[in-house]
Amino acid sequence: MFAPAPFLLKNTSVSLVMIQVCIALIPGIAAYAWLVGPAILAQLVIATLTALLAEAVMLRIQRKPLAIFLSDGSAIVTAWLIALTFPPLAPWWLIVVGTLFAIVVAKHLYGGLGQNPFNPAMVAFAVCIVSFPALMSQWPSVGLQATLIEQINIILGLSPRIDALSGATPLDALKTSLNLGDSGINVAQLLANQDIYGNFAGRGWEWVAAGYLIGGLWLWQRKLISWHTPLAFIGAMTLISGALWLYNPAHFANPLFHLFSGGSMLGAFFIATDPVSGCTTPRGKLYFAAGAGLLTYIIRVFGGYPDGVAFAILLMNLCAPVIDLLTQPPIFGMKDKA
Amino acid sequence: MLMNLFKFKGGVKPPTNKTQSLTLPIAQAPLPSRLVVPLHQSIGGTPRPVVQAGDSVLKGQIIGEADGWISAAVHAPTSGTVIEVAMHVQPHPSGLDALCVVIEPDGKDEWIAHDPLDYAAMTPEAVREHLQQSGVVGLGGAAFPTHGKLTASKTVPMDELIINGAECEPFITCDDLLMRERAEEVVRGIGIFRDLLQPKKVLIGIEDNKPEAAAAMRAAVDALNEPFLVVQVPTLYPAGGAKQLIRVLTGKEVPASKRSTDLGVQCFNVATAYTAWRAIGHGEPVVSRLVTVSGNVHAPRNYEVLIGTPMGELLKLATPHPDTDGIVMGGPMMGFLVPDANVPVIKATNCLIAHADRVFPPKAPEMPCIRCGACAEVCPHELQPFEMYWFSRAKNFGKTQEYHLFDCIECGCCSFVCPSRIPLVQYFRFAKSEIWARERDKNAADGAKARFEFKQLRDEREKAEKAEKLTKVAAAQAAKKAAEAAAAVAAASEGNSPTASESPAATPSATPPATTIETPPATVDAEKAAKMATIEAAMARAKAQRAATPARNTETLTAAQQHDVAEIEARRAVLDPVAPATRPPPGENSEKAE
Repeated sequence: MFAPAPFLLKNTSVSLVMIQVCIALIPGIAAYAWLVGPAILAQLVIATLTALLAEAVMLRIQRKPLAIFLSDGSAIVTAWLIALTFPPLAPWWLIVVGTLFAIVVAKHLYGGLGQNPFNPAMVAFAVCIVSFPALMSQWPSVGLQATLIEQINIILGLSPRIDALSGATPLDALKTSLNLGDSGINVAQLLANQDIYGNFAGRGWEWVAAGYLIGGLWLWQRKLISWHTPLAFIGAMTLISGALWLYNPAHFANPLFHLFSGGSMLGAFFIATDPVSGCTTPRGKLYFAAGAGLLTYIIRVFGGYPDGVAFAILLMNLCAPVIDLLTQPPIFGMKDKA
Repeated sequence: MLMNLFKFKGGVKPPTNKTQSLTLPIAQAPLPSRLVVPLHQSIGGTPRPVVQAGDSVLKGQIIGEADGWISAAVHAPTSGTVIEVAMHVQPHPSGLDALCVVIEPDGKDEWIAHDPLDYAAMTPEAVREHLQQSGVVGLGGAAFPTHGKLTASKTVPMDELIINGAECEPFITCDDLLMRERAEEVVRGIGIFRDLLQPKKVLIGIEDNKPEAAAAMRAAVDALNEPFLVVQVPTLYPAGGAKQLIRVLTGKEVPASKRSTDLGVQCFNVATAYTAWRAIGHGEPVVSRLVTVSGNVHAPRNYEVLIGTPMGELLKLATPHPDTDGIVMGGPMMGFLVPDANVPVIKATNCLIAHADRVFPPKAPEMPCIRCGACAEVCPHELQPFEMYWFSRAKNFGKTQEYHLFDCIECGCCSFVCPSRIPLVQYFRFAKSEIWARERDKNAADGAKARFEFKQLRDEREKAEKAEKLTKVAAAQAAKKAAEAAAAVAAASEGNSPTASESPAATPSATPPATTIETPPATVDAEKAAKMATIEAAMARAKAQRAATPARNTETLTAAQQHDVAEIEARRAVLDPVAPATRPPPGENSEKAE
């Protein structure tokens, strides 16, 4: 009865925020399922169920109210991000291990919702790519013709993991070709001629990334994310890839290719924007996302992993508290002093 | 007239809910059966009661005299008999009691003799004093004595006088109707403020959802041939906050550490201007005000209400629905549920909202902060509420101040948008009151320490003085004895020349003890004096330091905050006699405060 003012509240909640993030992922997921394979839907289901179960157990152990926290949707967002970053035909237990690690260790052992210093989905990716590098690198070959049932059988281990699965991501394929060291090699020719590449990035994958872009713009339009993070991420990546591309177009792919390959768009709009583990001040968001964009490029082009989003985000997560501390905006009436 | 408006960052747009109470004109609330008039109705000193039980009073008669410069007189709202001067529960969230004058109306509503004043012939000091004697205080909610704001800064020229008719809180419409129905008197009141402050410009800010009020004010300004500018500002809560309105109209940002006059601006509410004109142009002190009665009622409306009217009685006029479960005083963003339906309407009461779940749905349970930053985006003072929340929760009050806790105006925008439904403002109020309490504890401990040291010093000085006195007496006695002895010897050995030489020897033998005893007290005294002087100097330094760094944000406290402070002070006063004995030594205390 003596609830304090304000008595009027905006119609919002953590669940509403999380549900909208999930909705924003749908265009990307649709493109994924249509162009790459419906197996992603199965992976999404596996990840979601595992996340909810792990969440429920952890909440039970901590004696927190189940209904409120299970329905907040945060575990579902984590689960979806894990499913979308893992290889679509990865064995079921890999997704389960990743999701369990994300929810139990990266989230709840650090205090649960709102307390995790690292993005749980990226922790899951990093742990799995370090622990199971081979499985995490098995991407479906281009033009793999398999029905949903066949794909589910592969995920569940009921069918043999056929050779058709041991494809690489477009990013990885490019890096491998370049590393073969053929002196006459030319990135532009590779992109134009190899079957794995589509119009401007990986075949199929480019449209998945475009789907994430559309969903991300919708999130921005709904004011759930500010422009700072995606713009700085994309801007930084464009700058570094553009500079190197201009310097040596034969050896470096163009910015468009990088923006629409791997996890760039997902990272810019859905992962770097995670408020809990990211920066919160407007200037801090710019630094955070620009750093993540730069590191992503450096790791994927010069590093040992096919993509760099996960490690870039985790490294920037480490810096986030300091960045926030150093970028506190001046307050009302104190601007001239700052 | 077009003028360049500025924007303040943040702000929210809650549903305004204003139309309900705008359908009917202002009505006079009937005389209640009893009036409970609190003496402390403005920021500053509590007026001293000047009536007692059994006295008959006339409407407008002073019943509480202003206590000091920042304080305003309180008057009998109607004629009748004083039943008692006693403690009654206050319209304050604490539910604490304060001294009130209870009056039983005689039904005649008979005014004390009062005449219009020719203020043009009065000195500015006399006008200010008259406003103080008439109990004119800020009616926008803060209840700061108006006369205290009517002195321009000596160093900064007064650029703009801002008149606040924004009324940004949802539900509240009393200023709107006041401007619609009594615009001329409002404008005349503004004229008084203008004459006292001599600003270069007078800007009347009204939110653009009140076109009728703006039109009425424009008409009145034209009719009275005043150069005031009526400006419609975008409807955005909290545009009616003094600092926000100043920002919108002038582009100036008044920090918490400064007064608006330091930047050449001053701001008054339209209702304050109205009461100032009633006080000067009619000689009527503030005995009533307009109150919006809205929320869960059949007939929301604005009433002219006598100060001291029990809120329950006022609410009944608008026929509340049966599921009403409380009364909110003020708006839904910054108001509070009153602790009792019988608390009186005071000068700061601009609105009563009948509370019910269907008007204000119950809040969802509080969730952990997800650092989404929505609160920081809407904060009109550009603070980082979630950071302050973290540190308030952790009771790390030093950190909350680093994040400018005392710049928070408690507008409630952060709580309004928080998806985790965290009552952020509550956390900030808690942190502020804890910091105030600790500051007072520390001051009390410092005071006790100073008193103790002074007592010790005094005891020592007295001891030394006593010893000195004793030695003087002893010396005198010894000298007397020696003299007597010498005289006796002289008398005995009269004619005996060899012993005659004894007398000069006897005197030195008597004086050395006197000097050896007398000198130590003198040096001890000098040491004591030096020690005392250093202690006094240190105390003076500490005092000067405290004076130089006053608690921030204390001059613009809301009535509620003032009440908090008074209440804590009261608690302190009860504790004080035993304080030096029971309170831990200051060292321990300051460790705890870490």
